[in-house]
This record gives sequence, C-alpha cells and structure tokens, in this order.
Amino acid sequence: MSDTVHNTAHNNDKEASRPEAVAPRRLPFTSGQVLLVLGLVMLALMAVVTIFAPLIAPYDPALTSASSLAAPSAEHLLGTDSIGRDVLSRLIVGGRTTLLITSVAVFLALAAGLVLGLLSGYVGGIVDDVIMRVLDVIFAFPVFLLAIAVVAGLGPSVPNLILTIAIVYTPAMARVVRGPVLSVKQWDHVEAARSIGMSELRIVLRHVLPMVVSPIVVATSLTLAQTIFTITALSFLGLGPPPPDPNWGGMLAEARQFMELAPLTVIAPAGAIVFATLTFIVLANGLREVLDVGSVR
Amino acid sequence: MMETMRTATGETALLASVRDLSVVFPARRGKPPVTAVDRVSFDIGPGRTLGLVGQSGSGKTTTGRAVLQLQKVHSGSVRLLGEELIGMPSARLRRMRRHMQFVLQNPYSSLHPRMTIAQTLAEPLRVHRSVPANRIRERVAELLELVSMDPAVMQRYPHEFSGGQRQRIVIARALAVNPDFVVCDEPVSALDVRTQAQIVALLQSLQEKLGLSYLFIAHDLAIVREVSHDVAVMFNGRIVEHGSVAQVYDSPGHPYTQMLLDAVPIPDPAIQRQRLRAAPPDLDFARPEEDGSCRFGEDHRRTGTPPFHVGGDGHGVSCRSWPLT
Repeated sequence: MSDTVHNTAHNNDKEASRPEAVAPRRLPFTSGQVLLVLGLVMLALMAVVTIFAPLIAPYDPALTSASSLAAPSAEHLLGTDSIGRDVLSRLIVGGRTTLLITSVAVFLALAAGLVLGLLSGYVGGIVDDVIMRVLDVIFAFPVFLLAIAVVAGLGPSVPNLILTIAIVYTPAMARVVRGPVLSVKQWDHVEAARSIGMSELRIVLRHVLPMVVSPIVVATSLTLAQTIFTITALSFLGLGPPPPDPNWGGMLAEARQFMELAPLTVIAPAGAIVFATLTFIVLANGLREVLDVGSVR
Repeated sequence: MMETMRTATGETALLASVRDLSVVFPARRGKPPVTAVDRVSFDIGPGRTLGLVGQSGSGKTTTGRAVLQLQKVHSGSVRLLGEELIGMPSARLRRMRRHMQFVLQNPYSSLHPRMTIAQTLAEPLRVHRSVPANRIRERVAELLELVSMDPAVMQRYPHEFSGGQRQRIVIARALAVNPDFVVCDEPVSALDVRTQAQIVALLQSLQEKLGLSYLFIAHDLAIVREVSHDVAVMFNGRIVEHGSVAQVYDSPGHPYTQMLLDAVPIPDPAIQRQRLRAAPPDLDFARPEEDGSCRFGEDHRRTGTPPFHVGGDGHGVSCRSWPLT
C-alpha cells in the first residue's frame, strides 16, 4: 500500500505543471478505492466459499433425491435439478472446478506471457520478431474457436482445459508486458544500471519488471474475468470437465431444457457466472484507477 | 599535484585513448545509414578533463556512449587503462565498468523512482562486490558526504529531492566504485543556473580530491571553458578542432569553432541587441560527401595523413567541414 501511495505522489510530482482540479468537496475515498475494496470483498467471499465448499454445501452434489425439479424450499434453498440433485450444493462445489481451472490457467498464461513479453520487448530485434509473429498466429484466431479446436483435439479433461486456456491467453498477456517494456528499457535509469556494470538479467528484474507490474496486474484481473466466461461457455458446449463433477457451464447446459419448469436451475449458475466475472472486472477497474495505469507511458 | 599531472601528459600516462571511433546507425525504412560519429580520436590523461562541445545532433552524446560501450561501435579503438574495450567479452567488460562511470543529463529520469537513495547507491557496490555487505551502509553514507549531502536522507525516494540534489546523488552513484574515468553527458544542462555552478564546483573538487578524469560533454561553452583542460569541438560527427582551452577559445582555427564562439550571447544589452539586429552568419558548412580538397593545400590522398592538421603546440584543426564559399 505504501508503494501505491508513493507511486501517486511521484506522478503528481511529474505532472506538477498540470492545472490541479480544485474540488469544492473531497470525497473520503476515490472511486477507484471504492471499486477496489468492493472487488476484494467479492473475491474474498468467492475464495471462502470455494475453499470450504465441501463444508458449506448442504448436500453431496452428486446425491440424487426423489423430488426432481423441486421449487426452492427450506430443505433445498435453490431447489433441485432434473434428477433431483441439490442446486445450491452443485453451485458451491461446481465453482471449485471452474475457479480452479481459471486461476491455474491464467497463472500459466501470465508466467508464459511475462517471460515472452520481457524477452520480446527487452531483447528486441529478431527475437522480438519471431516471438511476436508466432503469438500473432495464435492471436489471429478468435479465442473461442481456438479453444474449441484445442479441446476437441486433446479431449475434454481438466488438465487439457487448463492448457487450452493458457495457450489462448498467452499472446494477450505477452503483449501487455511487451508494450511498457519497450518504453521502460529506454529510460535513463536502465542505461545508468547498464553503465554501472549490472548484468542484463538483473537489469530486467530490478529496473524493468517493477515498472511494468501495474498494467500486468490489471490485465491479469481482466483475463480472469474473460477466462471464467470462456470456461463456462466451453462447459456449456460439452467441452468442459467431464460430467460427474458439477461445474457452472455444465449445469446451465443440463438445466436449459427444463428452463420453463424450473427457472432457478438456470438462473442460479448464470448468476454465479455473472458474479465471478463481475468480481474480476470490478477488481480490474479498481486496480486500474488506484495503480494509475494510464500514466505508465 | 594537479600541476605535475597537467605537465606530464605523455604517451605513457594516458588513461583513456580513443582512435578513429565511428558509430553508424543502420539504414531504416528507405533512409540511408547515418554516420553519427566519424573517425573520432582523442586522449585523456589522468586527472584531466576533455570538454566535448558542439551543437545538438553533432554526435557528442553518441561519442560518450560509444566510449563507454553503451552504444554499438562500427569501427575504431577505445583503450582504457591500456585495455581495449571494443570486442571485449561482456563479462570482462562489466568488470571494467568499475573504472568508467556515467553521469547522465537528466537527473529526473536517471534514478529509479521506486528505489530509495540507499538502494540506488548500494547497487554498484553490490554489483562489483567492492565493499563487504555489512559495510555497504557505511559506504553509502560516505558517498553522500562526498557529494555534500546529509547521509540521513538515504531512506528517501528520488522524487523528494530537487534537480541539483538528484544530480549529486547521480554523481555519488558514479563514484561509488572509485572509478578513474567519468563521462559526464551534459551533467548540468537540466539544472538552473545557480545549481549548475554548484554542480560544476562539486565535479571540480571531486577531480582534485580523487584524481578523476572527465569526458565532459556540453553545449555550454562557458562551462566547458571553466571545467576543461582540453577541448574538442564536434560537428557532424567529426572533431573539427582539438586543443587546450586557451588554444581553442583564444585562437580558434576552424570556422565552425569561431561560429560557436560568436553565438555566445554578450551580457550587454546594447551590444547584444546590435548583434541580433545583424543577420545571423548563414554559413553553409560542407557535408562529408561535399568535402572538396584540403583547406591547407595538402593532398591527403598522396601523403596518407588524416585530414586533421596538428601544429607543434598540439592544436589540431580539421581541413574538412569548412564553409562552402
């Protein structure tokens, strides 16, 4: 947090010539801080539910009961699905699969994008050309089409899904990293570090990477939101994690044909998807404003 | 001590020696390659300062960066302490960097904004392992004192300091590893006039104290005259005149030097107004490809000498880049 405060102060210092907007009343928090806190609260809620899913879920998600497509009641808060399983329990446990795939896949995409983006932006020349052209090929396909193709080729399983999502989002991450690196590497303090005799690896880690963290954090958060959407869409099409384990996209697909009879079986997973996606979008917007990403040249 | 060094600038006492240094920026999108630095040669003795002057775009900064091997060199030789730097393996070159340091022009951008002063100053010490880890703090305080700053500020960030203070920190960082040779690239041109004088005085006192050699790059002729022992005038990537401060300033031999000296404003409103009213000297200096024959009537192709005429007193003048009459 102190780093953030410092960052803002630094930017103000730099843009001292800019006429200061004189606000008659100052709100105690900036809109970015409000968004950030809201996003973090939503994320914490989701994390707690996901981590303690087996303890929180009232029923075994695979347990069928006699009453199928039951309306919400004290026993089944969100009713039951077509073969009598508790919707709430499936929702809670299903989040686990979806969020696990999402977070691992985005982490992999981030790691790959970071390495490729730093290499491409910092080394430049032929290395840059080769890396960026290869990534352009991946980038040229619509995300969803590519995901379908890879999953269809490799077969739907959790590791394959993770791999697919990671491949699909790596080019975007690499681009987000490369852009600021291109400008940061020409800054004077990087040259100063080189003239001191610092090794290139150390220059990258100490002088380049810290300057590009903010846009990466924001991009990662946005990618998480997109990934949840992609994962659930793949699951909806039957390319998600294989059946016995519940997941949000799969629940939507199963419940679709009984939509008129039991609307809640569709609304519940849809709501969960919206909530998860929204969490990361709110978080990204809050981070964008608080970290002042726009000012990173 | 300084006086004895000044007189003893023989071949053996050279600290840095640059010969026929050329830097060529490759062709780009239909534009021809640019020769930013064209066969530049000069020597710097221990404890001496060579001032490098010239207008913007004359290749001063590129020369400085090329000498420090921060810029890819096309051809030529740069020897520091007797060792050839061009083509040196990068690991050895990194070790050599403790002998040569760089003070950049802009003190606002040459410090890492998210590192404290202590972290910034400790970096060269860690890189070269010149001080044991438990003594780094001590050395950082010592460095800050060396540049007349309070060691208590070491936990602060660069944005808390003024331009002059930051430039002191930049100088302290350059001196951290006890270099012999410092390239100062326009070290004061981003500062206000009073601060300029302080930084110049600091650089001079450090030279006396530590016996440093400077390559002092600047466009301000008055400051170069103040700090330098020798001066080289650059134009279009070439050194057109080279000599002691007295030789170059008092009896310039090249018309470009003369023009630079004439362009210095005179602090007398009446005279200055008169000068400005007169049309500016519109000298059209020859570009490299338009250079005709030698201005001093020598056939260089026959004699094989470089087109640079050095007198017995060491005052050299180029017979190239003269005005097209």
